[in-house]
Amino acid sequence: MIVETGHYALVLALALSIIQSLLPLYGGLRREPGLMAIAPPVAIMQFVLISISFASLTWAHVASDFSLLNVVENSHSTKPMIYKISGVWGNHEGSMLLWVLILGVFGASMAIFSRGMPSDLRALTLSVQGWIGSAFLLFILLTSNPFARLARPPIEGQDLNPILQDPGLAIHPPLLYLGYVGLSMTFSFAAAALLAGRIDASWARFVRPWTLIAWIFLTLGIAMGSYWAYYTLGWGGFWFWDPVENSSLMPWLAATALLHSASVMEKRDALKVWTIFLAILAFSLSLLGTFLVRSGVLTSVHAFATDPTRGVFILLILVFFIGGSLALFAFRASALRTGGIFAPISREGAMVLNNLLLTTSCATVFIGTLYPLALEALTEEKISVGPPFFNMTFGPLFIPIFLAMPIGQLLSWKRGDLLGAAQRLTFAVALGCIGGLALAAWRGEPFLAAIAAALAIYLVVGSFVDVAGRIFVRGASAGVMLARATGLPRSAWGTAVAHAGVGLTLLGLAATGWGIEKVQTIRPGDQIALGPWSLVVKSFEPRDGSNFKALVVHTEIRDGNRLVAEIEPARRLFSTRQMATSEAGISTLSFGQVYVTVSEQNPDGSLDARLYWKPLVSLIWLGALVMSFGGLLSLSDRRLRIGVARRAQRKPASAPGSVPAE
Amino acid sequence: MQRLRLFILALLLAFPGVGLAVEPGEILPDPALEARARDLSSELRCLVCQNQSIDDSQAPLAKDLRLIVRERLTAGDSDDAIRTYLVQRYGDFILLKPPFKLATLLLWMTPLLVLLAGGAAVLSSMRQRRLAAIVQSPELSESEKARLSDILERDSVSPH
Repeated sequence: MIVETGHYALVLALALSIIQSLLPLYGGLRREPGLMAIAPPVAIMQFVLISISFASLTWAHVASDFSLLNVVENSHSTKPMIYKISGVWGNHEGSMLLWVLILGVFGASMAIFSRGMPSDLRALTLSVQGWIGSAFLLFILLTSNPFARLARPPIEGQDLNPILQDPGLAIHPPLLYLGYVGLSMTFSFAAAALLAGRIDASWARFVRPWTLIAWIFLTLGIAMGSYWAYYTLGWGGFWFWDPVENSSLMPWLAATALLHSASVMEKRDALKVWTIFLAILAFSLSLLGTFLVRSGVLTSVHAFATDPTRGVFILLILVFFIGGSLALFAFRASALRTGGIFAPISREGAMVLNNLLLTTSCATVFIGTLYPLALEALTEEKISVGPPFFNMTFGPLFIPIFLAMPIGQLLSWKRGDLLGAAQRLTFAVALGCIGGLALAAWRGEPFLAAIAAALAIYLVVGSFVDVAGRIFVRGASAGVMLARATGLPRSAWGTAVAHAGVGLTLLGLAATGWGIEKVQTIRPGDQIALGPWSLVVKSFEPRDGSNFKALVVHTEIRDGNRLVAEIEPARRLFSTRQMATSEAGISTLSFGQVYVTVSEQNPDGSLDARLYWKPLVSLIWLGALVMSFGGLLSLSDRRLRIGVARRAQRKPASAPGSVPAE
Repeated sequence: MQRLRLFILALLLAFPGVGLAVEPGEILPDPALEARARDLSSELRCLVCQNQSIDDSQAPLAKDLRLIVRERLTAGDSDDAIRTYLVQRYGDFILLKPPFKLATLLLWMTPLLVLLAGGAAVLSSMRQRRLAAIVQSPELSESEKARLSDILERDSVSPH
């Protein structure tokens, strides 16, 4: 009965979603208040219904209800509780349900927090959200119903893929989806602006928090996914340029570009048409990502859906939304007034450069991901586009970005002083050079790593030059400076912190060059020198979990004779699926990591092991955390929070802030 | 060929996770040669895997390929000779860095093309915008200038 309730709630949600997509659209275009007012309560109710549906599926998984096909295929009664819950979205149907649940969350939050927006813009935005919701709810109900029952339920389930039985599954997909789906908000705002035919700086203020939220979650989701791959897949790689990774990177690049161009629009009323285009592009790319992952068109590590009917359905959704929004863009964009002018050397100019480079790198990832598919479809010729291609094309595009980031922060709006900015960065450049040289002298080859590290140090230090200049004044007391520091807008801090995060990630990437790897057989009693550490293999112990058997290698990490840490790399055999996984033994020591994986036992009782010392590697992900924290700081800026724009809007209601295009 | 590939895939799925990627027994005694082997391996695709290099893959085929690479290296082949040898057998599919040829021209050129096209678009739109700004505030005509100086003079003469 609970399961049927969930199914029924989903059907009702679809019905409401269709209402939400049609009536407010008509109302918004005709300016009929009654019809426009329908949108918010419907959006909230839709969220409630999808939550009921999601809760029912979760209940079925938690209670191991094997009369449900979805539970049979992905669960087992002995599976630990955390994986019973995260297993809800560890499969195609459930993950799509999570997708629409998050869409519902965003729709409802928009309905609640956007009261001050112009009513037609609000109604139109929610209507576009309704269109997206309808498409995906229809997709779930027609091709991917998670509530399908079995006539003859088996006694036991088939268990979840062991690779997915990891805390990463509990965190990574929800974060990533919050990012992907969050971009639907900016998309809906853009489409609404095109429909309404007007756009202005206040539009940019309304969209800003949603773009930031999506960007923060996308950053966290990608970083989490990367760390998950790093510790699960067992050879210490953290980014494989896998098509699925690429399809999360593309929206991130577009969203990053969007954040910057939207800030130009907000402050200077320029780059409007381009910002709208980016908003459409960012969500189109996340739809493309959904298509690539969900249709099974790529056979890659993540593809666990291989039913062509689904692929075609998502392709139709993709064509409808991308084609529709681009057509709308083509028809209406010329009607949008272009605003403020600026010199090439200015904050705006720096943002344009940022956008140019980010968009190009996004195009590079796009072509690299889809080219092999297109070539094979057209000519039957098979090629591979792997890490060497992306490293060769992506690297050169990002070096100018890294170099320009601190400079852009120091240029003023309209007309900047490049020489002045360069002078203020002298200290950062000097520190970078000294740091790079010191590292090169200390760690030696490869020198590319030292150069990248120098760039990273320049980036971290340079990110704070702007705020430092606004705080430190010659002769001012500490109290005054503290007051100035706290008085700075949070968004200024946000920019500095986020940019510094990029520098930290780059430093982590640079340091991979100095990593140490050993591949050898190990036995209890072995002592292995690994960089600054020595590893002592103490014992091999069998240890069983609730649904697997494991062999654990108890290992000590020593600094000389002092014990610093213990790790337990293990080999796990999952009996239900007859699959083995490697659990890496990882210990973080002063931002670096000792990383050990083992294979199955050799006939003579020894184990083959891969042992790594990866200096500063944790900075790669810590940098991403710092970036998101910067985003959060920016989001908390008093002037720019959700709903604040309405107060700013209300005052100059009569002022010609928004000029209708027609 | 397709069927064979499927068969290998099925075999792999039946015996998953046999070993590590590079195994201790495979490693060449000469560290310089081994380093070359690792570099080469990381640029070669494991043909039956989902987007892994043979250096990272645990599949038996990847192991065979790693051994072939090392055999050839010990025999004194150059890196290019080994790549050519493998491409002859398995096609361009084995190279993770696609070769630069007619079929991949668009792939390799896209970053540059987008950058150039984007740059050109930025420049032209900035020029247009400046022109528009000039049109909006046109310079004064001769007669207007004369009138303006008239007015200004009158003001400066008037005493107060």
